[in-house]
Amino acid sequence: MHQQTPIKQELVIRIRQLYKSFGENQVLRGIDLDVAREENVVVLGRSGSGKSVLIKIIAGLLKPDRGEIMVLGKDLQQLQPNELQELRLRLGFSFQNSALYDSMTVRENLEFPLIRNRRHLTKKQVDTEVEEVLGAVGLTQTINQMPAELSGGQRKRIGIARTLILRPQIMLYDEPTAGLDPTTSLEINNLIREVRKKYQTSAIVITHDLTCARNTGDRIAMLLDGQFVTQGSFEEVFKINDERIQSFYNYNFIQ
Amino acid sequence: MQKAEKKQRYVLSPGIDMFFVKIFDAWRFMLRFFTELLKPPFEWDEIVKQCYQVGYRSLGLISLTGFITGLVFTKQSRPSLSDFGAASWLPSLVAIAIIRALAPLVTSLICAGKVGSNIGAELGSMKVTEQVDAMEVSATNPYKFLVVSRVLATTIMIPVLTCYSAFIGLMGSFLDVHAHEKTSLTTFFENAFSKITFLDISATLVKAICYGFTIGIVSCYKGYHASQGTEGVGRAANASVVLSMFFIFVEEIVIVQITNYLRT
Repeated sequence: MHQQTPIKQELVIRIRQLYKSFGENQVLRGIDLDVAREENVVVLGRSGSGKSVLIKIIAGLLKPDRGEIMVLGKDLQQLQPNELQELRLRLGFSFQNSALYDSMTVRENLEFPLIRNRRHLTKKQVDTEVEEVLGAVGLTQTINQMPAELSGGQRKRIGIARTLILRPQIMLYDEPTAGLDPTTSLEINNLIREVRKKYQTSAIVITHDLTCARNTGDRIAMLLDGQFVTQGSFEEVFKINDERIQSFYNYNFIQ
Repeated sequence: MQKAEKKQRYVLSPGIDMFFVKIFDAWRFMLRFFTELLKPPFEWDEIVKQCYQVGYRSLGLISLTGFITGLVFTKQSRPSLSDFGAASWLPSLVAIAIIRALAPLVTSLICAGKVGSNIGAELGSMKVTEQVDAMEVSATNPYKFLVVSRVLATTIMIPVLTCYSAFIGLMGSFLDVHAHEKTSLTTFFENAFSKITFLDISATLVKAICYGFTIGIVSCYKGYHASQGTEGVGRAANASVVLSMFFIFVEEIVIVQITNYLRT
């Protein structure tokens, strides 16, 4: 396997020999991955290759069969439930379908994690925080709208804003451009880069969109058949003479 | 994807094993309610909101069904009692029927349909659209916010609705009795409550609390474990209603047996 060591050495995520199966389907087969501080790593792969499973394991939503996962210096598998909750305050997870709470307005969606995890904040401070993250994603005008009234791109942005409100150190993006038109996709790609710059976050971006991978990733990890076949810059990954990687590239190109 | 090397082993058969696993899972889900219930922080706003949804939003339907139940039961009983010259016993007969059996049963069956399906569909939809996961990754306890508040709301509000339904049912009965015998409201209620004991009222309240808890926990369990997209949401809503009704009838038999034993 071709692998490039992250440029900055302080690792925020360190995964070794990660295995996960569902029934008889072995989805992840010995994954190794490092993410350095303020580094954006893109995990590229076909649908069903286990990309989303990987970040759900990192977020503690799924348990691995075996392997070592260190997140911000904590061994995920040794954490007690309350310690996992603490760790989650430093992780942001942007879902593929945004996962906004349907019954709440945009303001309530953003307030929800804040008032439950920063109970000392006054109403005024909460309002300020909400307005600030909404400003960061450029959607202050939607504050009183319901999620059903928003476009796909707006929902993605609000989903990202909801994770940013807790000031996470690591962002996990699950298919951030899936189902969006090219222009909106570019806006989301720019937003991912801006988030890194403004909030000094590290990130794992799960995608099968090469434009998104090229625009957002410092490093690309190619996941095929449950294993990383290569890691490196965009150009390095697609220079490799592997039929599976080339067919993935050509398919995206034709698309 | 590769096939896992290890083959799954079963104790009895896949179906039977899975049945017991599901029962154990449901049991743990229910026990978790009691541990989470007592642990701060408490979601007071959500509890009040859910009480409003379960209670106030069901008032119209409960009023209608309660009134019709009392009225129809009186009309149906009148000919038989009149044959024996015992039409004056109508208020106490109707009160016994309504307070002991009809009010808790009709109220909880109506709520199993209205509230149970609502909770099952809402939580199921939140589950399949990853809203429950979103709560979890934002360091919020989704069980406490979604399940505890809803189960508490049904457990509190179904007894309140049962009392209300019993009152409305007796009013429906009074209208019919008054139309035929010109009985006054005071006389009607004096006759009605002459045969009602403390045990009757306590048993009714216990029943209503059990039914409320059942509707809440069953609907939340089915919604919380929904999968496979919109089809799964539909199945969760359906199963919430069917299973809640099934358990309500089972509990009815058990509580009636216990009450009869205490009465003798």
